[in-house]
Amino acid sequence: MDWLATLFSDYTVRIVMLGCALLGFTAGALGVFALLRRQSLLGDAISHAALPGVAIAFLLTGSRDPLVLVLGALVSGWIGTLVVSAITRSTRLREDSALGIVLSVFFGIGLVMLVIVNKLPTAGKAGLSTFLFGNASTMLASDVRTICILGLACLLCLFLFWKEFKLISFDPQFAASTGLPERLLDTSLTTLIVLAIVIGLQAVGVVLMSALVVAPAAAARQFSDRLFVVVMLGGLFGALSGVAGAGMSASIEKLPTGPVIVVFASIITVLAILLAPHRGLLPEYLRQLASRRRIETQRVLQALYRLVETDPDPYRAHDANVLQVVGLRSARHTIAAMQDLGWVERTEDRGWIRLTQAGWLEVQRSVQQREGPH
Amino acid sequence: MSRHVIPAIKVEDITVAYRETPVLWDVDVEVPPGVLMAVVGPNGAGKTTLLKSILGLIRPAAGRVFINGKPVNRQRRLIGYVPQRSSVDWDFPTTALDVVMMGRYAELGWFRRPGKKERELAMQALERVGMTDFANRQISQLSGGQQQRVFLARALVQDSEIYFLDEPFAGVDVTTEKAIVAILKELRERGRTLLVVHHDLSTLAEYFDWVLLLNVRAIAAGPVVTTATPELLARTYGGRSAYLGGNQAGEKVQ
Repeated sequence: MDWLATLFSDYTVRIVMLGCALLGFTAGALGVFALLRRQSLLGDAISHAALPGVAIAFLLTGSRDPLVLVLGALVSGWIGTLVVSAITRSTRLREDSALGIVLSVFFGIGLVMLVIVNKLPTAGKAGLSTFLFGNASTMLASDVRTICILGLACLLCLFLFWKEFKLISFDPQFAASTGLPERLLDTSLTTLIVLAIVIGLQAVGVVLMSALVVAPAAAARQFSDRLFVVVMLGGLFGALSGVAGAGMSASIEKLPTGPVIVVFASIITVLAILLAPHRGLLPEYLRQLASRRRIETQRVLQALYRLVETDPDPYRAHDANVLQVVGLRSARHTIAAMQDLGWVERTEDRGWIRLTQAGWLEVQRSVQQREGPH
Repeated sequence: MSRHVIPAIKVEDITVAYRETPVLWDVDVEVPPGVLMAVVGPNGAGKTTLLKSILGLIRPAAGRVFINGKPVNRQRRLIGYVPQRSSVDWDFPTTALDVVMMGRYAELGWFRRPGKKERELAMQALERVGMTDFANRQISQLSGGQQQRVFLARALVQDSEIYFLDEPFAGVDVTTEKAIVAILKELRERGRTLLVVHHDLSTLAEYFDWVLLLNVRAIAAGPVVTTATPELLARTYGGRSAYLGGNQAGEKVQ
């Protein structure tokens, strides 16, 4: 655990982790809105579309200033979303095709420009390639400062226009009918999502950034039915993934940050989808199993009633195989469970089943329930 | 009408087209204040489009809308709206009470959060629609009828003068339908004006006092008794109406 201690004592690494935590929180929190507004794929297109912007911003200014690069990414990401809506409005292509076109075309242009940038003899070109898969360890204090200012600005806007953003995400038409500037709010919220994406590009990379928008949000949705809680959880999961990714890639050489962050975010999401108390698959399966068991138990109890109802002695033993005749082929497990409850017992000689006193009471209750009160 | 009354809703020459296909063609309607008016017509007649055009949610190719004599954009506070239930995602992480409070957001204005007063108003509205017990339920756990009641409660807290309801009876059970009708009639008794997209001609006369017959064009508008005649209904539905003098068995035989 030595490396862990050095990790948290190293000032540079701490700064980088702070940056990754904040960009993870921003992406996770705004990702919830992207998820609810069905804009998850848009996030993927935006992050890929941002790449040419980064390269162009560098070519034009020759500077690696984070604000300049983020601004370039923002403009080009925004142009990407405008092209998506222009394609869907003016052609017969659907949105998914438009997203696919924008994603691949912009990304292709971006890659070509990266090669051009790398061939330039200019100093400081190093670092632009990290925008592909992200490398948090290349982040400088100035990068982190930019991330912090923009991330906090995003979160402040989210806080200030909380009820408006909630309303336009749930029911935009109603929002417009009350006189709220629905178009403007919609554009603003999309801009915040774009901003949350572009501030993460250096650390996470354009290829995988959308995962940090989608995965924590999807995990958070599993745990709560309150928007505020979901947004906070989304932020928390995003921040955790960011810190874990930055920490691991800082301590293992040549490990890019983006993939590690995404792996962490995915693990959280998979666990959430499987295990979340109400919406998780496993609890859901267990609930179904329990209810199937209850139904099966009722059926066995009623079959037993039919066996003994004409018999003066309800505690007479019977061969369990008779249950097969009334369609209870797989009653073995149910009978074992009922044995555990002390409702039936097996005779020692032939292993036949016989109701106990408690079992006979249960049979009568089950029949009464079925026939209803008289 | 000899006495001149400013209509609650006045629609002038509204024309809406999607890709050169007219959905509404030169529609003129005047809705007098204080009536409970149905908009009926076959599927694709433009009923929802008319409502959205009046509310300014769709920009018509031509035409103007006046609410109490003024352009709709200056009269937003007078308007209450119940969209089609299917127009939103009911898996949204929020509660019934929260949805109803959304009806107060515009009144609250920017930067102010709903507080105790909004909560009380929302609870009162939920009580009027018989949903008090479901206030804190996640909205996807409500039945279709309950969801429709929540939407109605949200419009009630808007406390508007003029209400627009898009198919409030779609997919709800009889109990809910009667409960909604009772509330609509109560609103009318208190002088509110209501424009309701409706589908079921057999309940038209029972629920509504005015009607607009719409099929891309406005076929006729006026009191139900004088307007929903077999002849005009036949023109609205292209001669294939089930409502021919109340002879409902006729349709089945054909």
